[in-house]
This record gives sequence, C-alpha cells and structure tokens, in this order.
Amino acid sequence: MSGSGVERGQRAVFCGLTGIIWLHRKIQDAFFLIVGSRTCAHLMQSAAGVMVFAEPRFATAIIDERDLAGLADANAELDRIVKQLLARRPDIKLLFLVGSCPSEVIKLDLSRAAHRLSTQFSPAVRVLNYSGSGIETTFTQGEDACLSALVPDLPAADREQPANLLIVGALADVVEDQMRAVFAAMGISRVQFLPPRRSTQMPAIGPGTRYLLAQPFLADTARALEERSARRIDAPFPLGADGTSAWFKAAADAFGVDAGRFERATDAGRQRARGALGRYRELLAGKRIFFFPDSQLEIPLARFLAAELGMQILEIGTPYLHRAHMACELTALPAATPIVEGPHLDKQLDRCRELKPDLVVCGLGLANPLEALGIATKWSIELVFTPIQGFEQAADLAELFARPLVRRTRLVA
Amino acid sequence: MQLTVWTYEGPPHVGAMRIATAMRGVHYVLHAPQGDTYADLLFTMIERLPRRPPVTYTTFQARDLGGDTAGLFQRAAREAYERFQPQALLVGASCTAELIQDDPGGLARALELPIPVVPLDLSSYQKKENWGAAETFYRLVRAMASPAAPPRGTPRPARAPGIKARCNVLGPTALGFRHRDDLVAVREILDRLGVEVAVTAPLDASPADLARLGDADFNVVLYPEIARPAADWLGRTFDQPAVVTPPIGLGATREFIAEVARLAGVDPAPALAAASRAAWYSRSVDSNYLTGKRVFVFGDATHAIAAARIAADELGFTVAGLGSYTRELAREVRDAAARHGIEALITDDYLQVEAQIAELQPELVLGTQMERHIAKRLGIPCAVISAPVHVQDYPARYSPQMGFEGANVIFDTWVHPLMMGLEEHLLTMFRDDFEFHDDAPPSHLGPAPAPATASKSTPAPTPAAADAFPWHADAEKELAKIPFFVRGKARRNTERFARERSVPVITVETLYDAKAHFSR
Repeated sequence: MSGSGVERGQRAVFCGLTGIIWLHRKIQDAFFLIVGSRTCAHLMQSAAGVMVFAEPRFATAIIDERDLAGLADANAELDRIVKQLLARRPDIKLLFLVGSCPSEVIKLDLSRAAHRLSTQFSPAVRVLNYSGSGIETTFTQGEDACLSALVPDLPAADREQPANLLIVGALADVVEDQMRAVFAAMGISRVQFLPPRRSTQMPAIGPGTRYLLAQPFLADTARALEERSARRIDAPFPLGADGTSAWFKAAADAFGVDAGRFERATDAGRQRARGALGRYRELLAGKRIFFFPDSQLEIPLARFLAAELGMQILEIGTPYLHRAHMACELTALPAATPIVEGPHLDKQLDRCRELKPDLVVCGLGLANPLEALGIATKWSIELVFTPIQGFEQAADLAELFARPLVRRTRLVA
Repeated sequence: MQLTVWTYEGPPHVGAMRIATAMRGVHYVLHAPQGDTYADLLFTMIERLPRRPPVTYTTFQARDLGGDTAGLFQRAAREAYERFQPQALLVGASCTAELIQDDPGGLARALELPIPVVPLDLSSYQKKENWGAAETFYRLVRAMASPAAPPRGTPRPARAPGIKARCNVLGPTALGFRHRDDLVAVREILDRLGVEVAVTAPLDASPADLARLGDADFNVVLYPEIARPAADWLGRTFDQPAVVTPPIGLGATREFIAEVARLAGVDPAPALAAASRAAWYSRSVDSNYLTGKRVFVFGDATHAIAAARIAADELGFTVAGLGSYTRELAREVRDAAARHGIEALITDDYLQVEAQIAELQPELVLGTQMERHIAKRLGIPCAVISAPVHVQDYPARYSPQMGFEGANVIFDTWVHPLMMGLEEHLLTMFRDDFEFHDDAPPSHLGPAPAPATASKSTPAPTPAAADAFPWHADAEKELAKIPFFVRGKARRNTERFARERSVPVITVETLYDAKAHFSR
C-alpha cells in the first residue's frame, strides 16, 4: 500500500451545499437560498429527505436557459425570487444567497446581489452570500464559507471589557450548554458561540477575543477572525475524554485558570467519560479501521479511536489537510499512520478491498457496496449530525463505531 | 429562475444513471464536479443496490477550470474503460460541465476506444430526469441496434408457423417505482399467453442484448416515460408494433392481455382466467363505504392516469383531482382528466400541488412521497402510487403494481389508509364513552379501581386565530364529532355558508344548516 501523500483522481465527497442541512437547524431565523441548478435542489432533497415534513428554511433558485442568455436578466430574476420568498416567510431575519457550481461558472456575482438586496430589505432582513459550490468546497467547507461570511458583520467588542472566549463551529445546543457550564466552573463566563442560535445574537469580537475551534474544517473562518484581531487558541478537537480535556485545558491556560480550578471543573466529566469508554475499549481495541475522505473529522476521529480505544488505523483519507489546525492532532496520531489527501476513489477502494479492514468509515454512496463485500461500515455523515463533542458524548461517539460490529455478532442468518 | 423547495424529478443525468445502472456492461463517464457524486447514494441507499452505479465522475475543481478540463475528461474516460472493460461507454456532462462546453462526445471519440461510445446531450437547464432516462435509452438502443436494421420500409417477414411469438419488454430501470416487481408480474402474464421474451431492457440487459432488439415480433412498453422514444424508433426501423397500455389495474391488465394476444396471435383466455381478489373485495359488502370517496391523484403520467382509472372504475371513488409532473405526457393526462370531468393539474411546483389538495379537501390522496407529506400535514389519508421514490418504495416482499397481483397490492395499499381513518373515527366517537374514555383502564386487564373523577374535562374551544370565524363552543364540540378527515372541509363550508348569510357566530344550528345546504 502507498504511504502518506496527495492523490488526484475521482473523488466521492459531497459539496459544501450539504452543510445547509445542519446550519439551517442551528441558526433558527436564517434562510439559505441556493442559486443553482436542478442538481443542487435534488442533492439537498436526497441528503435531507427526512425533513420534507416541514417547509424547510432552504430552497433553490433554479437557473434555467433564459437566465443563461444574459446576466442582467439573472439578477432581475434573483431579485424577484428573493421578494417572493421573503413575502412567504416573514419570519426570516437573515438570508444567505448560496453560490453553486453553475452560479460560479457563469460568474453570477452574488456578493453584489446580496449587497443590493440587503439595502432593499434592511433592517428587517440582512442578506449575505457565500459559495457552497463543489468546485471550490467539499462537504463541511460549506460551514466554513458560511461562518466566514458572518465574520465581517460581527459587532465589535467593547475595548473596556475583559477578554472573551469564542467557540467556533456548529455544535448541538446540548453540547454548547454543557461546555458553557464547564467554562463557568473554570471562571470563564464571557463565552460565545459562532454560529449563534439566532441571527440577533451575533457574538462581539475584537483584539481581546480568543477563539477556540470546535470543528476541524474552519480555515477561512479562522483567517477572517484573525483579520478582526481575534487570536486562536491552539488545541486538539473536543472528541473523546482526553481530546475534550486537552481542548478545555488549552482555554484554561489561555485565560490563566489555575491547575486546581481546571481539575475541579473537568474532573467529574473526564472520569465519567473514561469510565463509559472502558466498555467500548473492550469491543474496539485491536480492530482495524480505514477512513474514506468525507467530513474532515477523519484525523481527530482516528486520533481518538487509536489513543482512547486502541484501534489500529490502516489509512486516513481526508479531502484536504490543514496542517496548522491539525498540528495537535497529527502529533497525537500513532507514528507512520498513512494519511492520503484527496484520494483517488478507485485506487483507495482497491487498497481497502486488499486490506479487508474490520470497519470502514465512508460516505453513503460506498457503504452498502462495501457491506455487500462483507466489510462493516460506519456512515461518516452521521458523525456530523450527531452530538459527539465533549465529555458526555465521548461514549456516544465510541458507540457509533461499535454498533456495526456488535450488529454483526448478533445476526445469525 | 424558479423557486424550488422540493423537486419531483432530478436532473437529466440522473435519468441517464438509471439506465446505466439498470444495465450490465455499460459504463457512464460523467463530466461533473465532486458534489454531483451524491447521486450514487440514490442507488445504494434508497434502492439498496449492493454495488456502486457504473459511473465515473471527472470531479473537476475550480483550479482545473483555467487548465485542461478536457484532458481531465479524457484521462477519466480512458481509465474507466481500462478498469471496468464495458461493452459500451456513455459519455456526457452534468449541468456545470455543460457550461464549460468541453464536448465529451468528441473527446471520447478521439480516444478511439474499441467499443461503441454513445454521447449524451441532455440539456440540463431545460430537461429533467425521466426525459434524460428516455433519451439515454433511445440513444443506446439506436447505437446498438442500428447495424442490424433492414433497409427503410422493409416489412416484417411473417413468423414461420409453429414458432412462438417473441416480444421485447421495454422500460424498467434502476430506481424505478416497483419496476423490478412489475417485470416479474408481466413475465408471468406473457408466460401464460405462451409469448417468449426476447430482450428485457434496460433492466439487466447488456449492449449485446440491445443489438438484437430487432429480432422480436413486437415490443411491450411498460413505462412510456422511459421507453416510448426507443419503442417508436424500433417501430419505424424494424416495423415492430408496440403494446402501450401499462397493465396497472384490472381493466388495463385485461386490455394489455388482449393487445398482446392479438399481436402474438394467441388465445387471451388462459391469462384472463387468473383469479383476482381485488375484484371480489371491491364487490364485497364492506367495500360499500368506499363509494364516492373523493380522491386526489398526482404522480408521473403513467401511474397517475392508471390510478385515476382504477379509482373510478374499480373502487367506485370519485376522482376530485388529477395531475402529473410529466410535462412530456401532459396531453394524455389532460385527456384522462377530461374523462373524469375535471381539469388536469400539470406542474412540477410542489407548492401548487399542496394548494390544490388543501382547496379540494379530498378524502384520500394518491400521490408521490411528496404528496404523502402534504397529506400528513393536512390530516388526509394517503397512499403512494408513483416516483419520486423513497426507501419505503422498495419493500422486501414482492409488491408489483402491474398485473392481477398488482391490482391486489393496489387494493390493499389504497384501502388500508381509509380503514385507519374509519378506525380513528370510531376512537373519536367513543372518546367520551363511559367505558372506553381515555382514563379508563384497559378492560382486558381485569377490574381496576375507578378513577376518582370519571368525568372528562370538556375540550376547550379552539383558540381563535386573528382571521378565524367565531364559533360557539357547542358548535366547535359538534364539529369535533365529525370524522377528522372531512372536518376541515366541514369547517370551511360552514364558515362560507355563515359568511354568505352574515351569520355572526356559528352555532350547532348553522353547522347543520350548512350541512344540509351543501349536501344538495
């Protein structure tokens, strides 16, 4: 098998539009209007099919032949659609115009459109734009693009106020609440989250802002925050008992929390998480796992599975590698773990079939074909929709990997 | 531009994938960005196919756009040929690649591969999934069967005596609504008639099979949305007649049998003799309550037209609305609607369908997965009759829509939601019964101490919305006794009646006056 490196070839990863599925649940008064093709609409429907019960807070303005004839026409059409949409949904306070592959290729300028529409609908609705196109973003990079579009508009923090902590990356509400409680116990009370639950609760940032990434795919957002003078706290990602502990410790150190107070604030959670992980360690230790590229969570997950559950990492495929944000993770991985950036799908499948791993983490398109070959799989998409961060979710995260293996031991026919 | 919340059909290249995935020995090289690979999961997760669709995506990125996307396409096509060794290669572009105009057909031809290369030009900004499937099937059939075509206008030679009639069965694809099961049901009918199946396509056919389509005596078109253009071409080229009545429902199945028997020159009696439970169940006395139930029908043209006919002629329903998202067969749907004395709704705008259902307040909705959600919101029973498909549309059991067994399946599928409606009505009726009220312990668990207060609090009148018509509490209570699936209609009719007569507050009297008025 090949070692670490970069490959080129067919990829099988969602585009950044898919992030809308969790972002629209997170920011409860935001609407995401994709300016794209029937393919974009079909992707969203196929990936989010279960939510058809409600009228979702996302839709697609489907470009047709008439729009392709001339750009001026496309802008007028977009204005008409936004008007139609806002009349139908007066509850919307924040509208994202989301660029797609076709809108990027025809160079439809959505930032100008957003500016024009924002002026028109202000102050009731703010209109921002970002690109979720598959020629520029993979899967979770859509969240990065969305959050970085929010940053220039964030209110400036009061210079008189003491330093504040910003947690960056969409998390489940329950996870946020747990984290807030731990930070409070450490004496860090000025904590805010990006994205916020409502567009009216945007966090304030400034030179006193220290930010901590909760997700490993936020390169552009980090850059935008640095431009607003916020400073990153280097940390691993809050997955697993040790990962979460190190994540909190990085914040504690940055805010001058003493060791005793840090221990008191985190000890109960850490012990609970370690205890709960013990059961899964028995099931997973020594099992061989193989990652296809998907969410960018592959490297932190592999670190957790190797360090805390004793799994053997055969290969980590990742869409791309951000060495600075991954620095803590990469040093914590077992030496010589093969990491392949942007793997060639067919070649990676060849390696996977040859290695016959005990468990494969992959996207929905590959799971059943691998199962049919007798290889157990874990859908990677579940890892972005399920609360997995923090002490209380460490065992839930382990269970996601144990379940496919446990299931195999139960089925006799 | 069109504002779209949900869509009935995917883009046309997904239609092409349905053909490629149904067949053996075909590979499709699709010039497309990485996001378009989501389409694989339609097949592996919704249909639960145990293999990947035979599709290679070029997955070009922004950085490739300034460079050589044409070279990228050619590398992908050559690699796909070498790795998968198909008998024929389909090449095309998804919506984004269409804009960069790389000409996949020309690029693939330049590779001089030793197999037929079929270029697909699918107009992503104009056409949709079913059209894409039909076009792909037609192009493939034409490419593979042309070499065997006789000179134009050559009449079909008569079949030698003693040789069994042979037909092709055209239309079933991957990701079709019950296509796999329909095929079993149709083959059973053809067996009973003693008609041989030459080729079934595209499902399970190879390009070599398509090359001998011209051998059969006639074609059977199961899904006109998919197979009509190919069957028309075969008709012109090989002088093959086609059976175009999809055998969905008892009447249509009988017509189908008669048509096949006529073209094959065989006796239809053995196939017609098959017993049908659906026919008897519909005549059994307990089906009386089905009489005149108002149904709303929406789906692809084939299934919607068939469903309306079954509803009216085989179950005694009243077709209150009929529509389809298949613009290509709009004329056929309009003709069918005219037979039911209504105007067809031809649209792919889900919001428009929802509005019409809300307005008509039918007692049963026969639609797609999307109408199932609409019906759920409106509290109307619903059965699914057509794609777009959902994982639930691939039941583990044999569950065709076609043939006599299909008619049985349809009877059960449509009537069960109504039975549930009746059951719910009974539960509501007995809600305040002294024995069956909500607080009563289950009688089969033996005697239990009676609750301290047996009386159940009266439900509070529904809080009035700003624009709601005022209802007297007693009238609200009376309204609650009406079965839930007609309650919305009763409320609306009563309010209309009251408004027209300037009745200030709706009383029980008003409710019954309105009922009498509208029942005339």
